[in-house]
Amino acid sequence: MIDMTVPPDVPDLPRHDQLVEERLVMWYFLAALGYLFVSLLGGLIMALQLVHWNPHDGMEFLSPGRWRMIHTNAIAYGFITNSFLGALHWAIPRLTLRPVLSRALSYFIFVAWQVVVLSTAIGILCGQAQGVEWGETPVWIDPLAQVGLLLVAINFMAPIVHTRGPLYVSLWYFMAAFVWTFLTYAMGNFMPQYFVSGTSAGAITGLFIHDLVGLFVTPLAWGLMYYFVPILLKKPIWSHGLSLVGFWGLAFFYPLNGIHHFLYTPIPMFLQYGAIVSTIAVELVVTTVIINFFGTIWGSGRALVTNLPIRWFYTGMVFYFLTCLQCSMQVTLTFQKVIHFSDWVVGHAHLVMFGVFGLWFFGMMTYLFPRLLRHNWYSRELCEWHYWLSAVGIFVMAADLILLGLFQGFYWVSLQPWDASITVSQPFWIVRVFAGLAVIAGQICFVVNLWKTWRLSRNDQEHVLASTGPYNPSWTGA
Amino acid sequence: MFENKSGILLIGGLGFFLFAFLSNAVVPILMFRHLPEKTAEEVVNENLLYQFEELNFRYPEQFKKYFGEPTPENCAKALRIGRDVYVGEGCWHCHSQFVRPVSNESRRWGPVAQTIEYQNELQRPVLFGTRRVGPDLSREGGRRSNDWHAVHFFDPSSLSTDSPMPRYPWFFDGSPDKPNERGLAVITYIQWLGSWLESYPLYENYKSIEEQMSNPLE
Repeated sequence: MIDMTVPPDVPDLPRHDQLVEERLVMWYFLAALGYLFVSLLGGLIMALQLVHWNPHDGMEFLSPGRWRMIHTNAIAYGFITNSFLGALHWAIPRLTLRPVLSRALSYFIFVAWQVVVLSTAIGILCGQAQGVEWGETPVWIDPLAQVGLLLVAINFMAPIVHTRGPLYVSLWYFMAAFVWTFLTYAMGNFMPQYFVSGTSAGAITGLFIHDLVGLFVTPLAWGLMYYFVPILLKKPIWSHGLSLVGFWGLAFFYPLNGIHHFLYTPIPMFLQYGAIVSTIAVELVVTTVIINFFGTIWGSGRALVTNLPIRWFYTGMVFYFLTCLQCSMQVTLTFQKVIHFSDWVVGHAHLVMFGVFGLWFFGMMTYLFPRLLRHNWYSRELCEWHYWLSAVGIFVMAADLILLGLFQGFYWVSLQPWDASITVSQPFWIVRVFAGLAVIAGQICFVVNLWKTWRLSRNDQEHVLASTGPYNPSWTGA
Repeated sequence: MFENKSGILLIGGLGFFLFAFLSNAVVPILMFRHLPEKTAEEVVNENLLYQFEELNFRYPEQFKKYFGEPTPENCAKALRIGRDVYVGEGCWHCHSQFVRPVSNESRRWGPVAQTIEYQNELQRPVLFGTRRVGPDLSREGGRRSNDWHAVHFFDPSSLSTDSPMPRYPWFFDGSPDKPNERGLAVITYIQWLGSWLESYPLYENYKSIEEQMSNPLE
């Protein structure tokens, strides 16, 4: 592993600029932030619709039903995927000390992927969505996305295959994720569309929804945590044995979880039981990973206050533990009777996608943008606002929706008129609008800060290059 | 094995994924392989045709313009278009299509969902759904009239106060008495849901809160 503090003229190590195409990392992050705002807009439209405040009700291209799908797809394929690709273009070459297969291919993938995501958004906006949850990408884009995923895997595997000996934890996760993402996308988008229908297709779409979280987002994100956290804390991961347990436990149990999205459907009951048991097993595995990371920060707790990326990462980990703990309960048939179909699940999904992975990406961006721009953040205060508005906003939203889910579930079980469950939801949905607005305000702080930093970096180019250290952001990392 | 490339790629990446795929996806496919997948033509039934003819009777000009005659073939065509509208508009993100055997659901919605009901072309991809902002729709057919659905799509709050459902004026040529191709198709699709059941049509079976709270002996 190469450290930022290693001087560039050590003979045996390749220089940073030979390894990392910084411009590409930057562009990926900017694309990710662009799609994040598209997704936030979709969420806002849906939230306003539910409380009857939608000013554009009845306009086809602002239809909340379509924007709900843009909301989830822009997060998965726009925000999360672009953030990953950006961060991986930084992490993998620096871990393996080799550049990716080809810079030209990297730029081609960047452009191609933006075309895929934009076409997805436009296709959904024109009412061509595919009936696969989280895979609403119109059917004519699916083959393109599949080829894109293959190219991504080839481009990143090139430096990894040349490494010798046992690999570092992050690379286990990355390698497995390249295989899993490709297989998951193929399974979820083609099988229920062309090969199977009905109940067995339900089992497959269940696997797809969950594998997209568990075999694409989760392993890549944990791989990046295993990379960034030791660098920022300047010490190794606490226990190598627990790293092994975490990876192999995830690899075995996570793919078996999918059917828990469709409990009490006509899918055979023994498969549902299997999914439930595996899901609870995942919670145990997750606990070992969390213990490992808290063992790592043990003794350096002060970093949570002083080091902003570390604070983002560990807040995300606390939320991760909470969502997984929640998951191990909500997956049981007893909980399902009440909370299935309710906003409980929506709260859970927001806490895990934004509260965990979103927060981690913001941590990586807070760490990497000053290095990419060769300039400190314009304002630490705006960074702090970004953190507090995002973390508190999403926590309030999730808590609000999870509590609401209990109300909705018990209203339904008690056979009250359907409208009663809508009426009881209104105050919670109003709280959700304001929690969402807080999250949006946090992201606006972030982009304003980024814009100002970029302006400063342009103006101060000469000054920065003349100074000894290009960046000295103690509170954004090492 | 646990820290090198081949172990991770072959055992973790491919092996465990295939194990899960075989046990969780291939097993149900094999279990239900004796249930043939029906086409849209095969799922058109008399209950649905009655509603389809009623649409022709109620909106003759619009019907003639978009679907011609109310034949079973045109009904199947309407079902396919209606399903695409249902998916494209994201209806399935707020309305589920299965009744669970728990939580009093069979008392509210009707018979519990069975595999055989989903073995048809219109459930490709399957539309179980994972969220209910609005009611489950798998037994909705025949429960409400075609013109109720037309007005409801045009402006849901005019029929159910406080409904957060969005308006769909693009299902109409200007007014709720002029459903266009998408409007007629999606109404046909909704009327199809549950029309294959013996218990069709199924009316929502609940008592008002006053009645629930009152003493039945009084």
